[in-house]
Amino acid sequence: MNLINKDVVIIGGGPAGLAAAVLLYKNGIKDILIIEREKTLGGILRQCIHDGFGLTRFKEQLSGPEYAQRFIDQVEELNISYQIDTTVLNITDDKMIQAVNRNGLFNYKAKAIILAMGCRERTRGALTIPGERPAGIMTAGVAQSYINLHNIMVGKDVIILGSGDIGLIMARRFTLEGAKVKGVFEILPYPSGLTRNIEQCLNDYNIPLYLSHTITNIHGNARITGVTVSKVDENLKPIPGTEKLYTCDTLILSVGLIPENELSLDAGVKLDNRTRGPVVDGNYQTSVEGIFAAGNVLHVHDLVDFVSIEAERLAYSVTEYIKNNSLPKCEIIINTSKDINYTVPQYIDKTKDFTLSFRVKRPFKNCRILVKQGELVIKIAAYKKVIPAEMINILINHKSLQSDKDLEVSIEC
Amino acid sequence: MLKEYTCIICPNGCEISVEMQGEEIIKLEGSLCDRGDKYIKQEIINPQRNIASSVLLENGVLPLASVRLTNPIPKSIIFNVMEEIKKTRLKAPVYVGQVAIQNILNLDSDVIVTKNIASKK
Repeated sequence: MNLINKDVVIIGGGPAGLAAAVLLYKNGIKDILIIEREKTLGGILRQCIHDGFGLTRFKEQLSGPEYAQRFIDQVEELNISYQIDTTVLNITDDKMIQAVNRNGLFNYKAKAIILAMGCRERTRGALTIPGERPAGIMTAGVAQSYINLHNIMVGKDVIILGSGDIGLIMARRFTLEGAKVKGVFEILPYPSGLTRNIEQCLNDYNIPLYLSHTITNIHGNARITGVTVSKVDENLKPIPGTEKLYTCDTLILSVGLIPENELSLDAGVKLDNRTRGPVVDGNYQTSVEGIFAAGNVLHVHDLVDFVSIEAERLAYSVTEYIKNNSLPKCEIIINTSKDINYTVPQYIDKTKDFTLSFRVKRPFKNCRILVKQGELVIKIAAYKKVIPAEMINILINHKSLQSDKDLEVSIEC
Repeated sequence: MLKEYTCIICPNGCEISVEMQGEEIIKLEGSLCDRGDKYIKQEIINPQRNIASSVLLENGVLPLASVRLTNPIPKSIIFNVMEEIKKTRLKAPVYVGQVAIQNILNLDSDVIVTKNIASKK
């Protein structure tokens, strides 16, 4: 077996993988390889042709492909090696990577692996919507790929289930391309997507958003002909007698994203039930030494800017790991109160500043986020409004950490 | 009269309340930065939006080149601008920043390509 040694192998050439690669190289770690399964670098940004990317990272309004190109240009300029059209089949806890492409099988041995595989969309199967199984039902990202990459219009009379950001973006895209979007139905009492997308993608085009509604039946034989929509109660259960029939030729699902961690599991990486991504420490190191993760494979982000920035923080840790052959142990656990959905990282050590990323479980107004170590409050951040759709990032100075006690993140109004 | 707006300039999505007396803004509250105030003032007079779409590409490795506007345009004529974009054809290769339509409908905004796409061999 022909084994190729590398300092770092990065799995995935999307925004996380690209940002990590560029910064590693600039930090002097040059023996790196990006492995990408698609034919071009850039990940999902290739099909996100709308603008709004880059405001945080570049202080500019860019479209998705332009944002990706900023990083691809640097990868090309720095001559960072990458393999496209190449699928990683397996990774192991001793950092062996097996990949395949048209030229055959490749075996790599890395000092560190960076997981940057992104996430996948939840499908109809995951929701178990009853009814017929006709054509014309697809996820928002699949519709986006058909329309923006392949020039195939998927329907004219559209219903959208779920108010995730991609669904909202696609509601506008369908409308601009001449389709009629009859409505967006969201089971929760509040939207899943960003407020600005409700405004500029739905309100601008008079597309109604129905909160506390869900689809309870799908009709159609060969092609979908309509859906039955019901109101739901406070336990999200459909209320009998509220059924209403809407005709449509297309049903778009925008019902959540799931980090893609099949490879991580192969290597024995421990996942967090809440994020469905790896449990990581303040260095973005997973439970397997030398395997790191950032971006949507770690936890689903709402903004690509934060994906890049997270991957850059990871790159600093990986640089330190390659140079010193180890990292300080992180043994302080970060716990969450009942209103906080999760945190990333889940473990830290008290010698390094870290960025605490998390989401709230439901909307709050005029509230304060408290980070406590034991009884000691080490950080307070005030917010006018927090919603589950928006990830919150708070920088914690290590000097505020006074002991080895666990941390707790909570919210009070 | 009190009106509520959601700023769309950045992901903060500030909820801004505006008190109007006739055409005049008396009070503006809720934005985290002055871009929000600027957005509201524009939104009251003449709402502006940027749009993104695609144009057909001849001889490219992809059938479409993604495009966007360099400056926002009045919301009321988005569909007129879409009509112009739909009529446009480009030949591969195309590059990020390449102008596809200059000064579209005399709106002081160019339609530019947002993706590098090589030509078919």
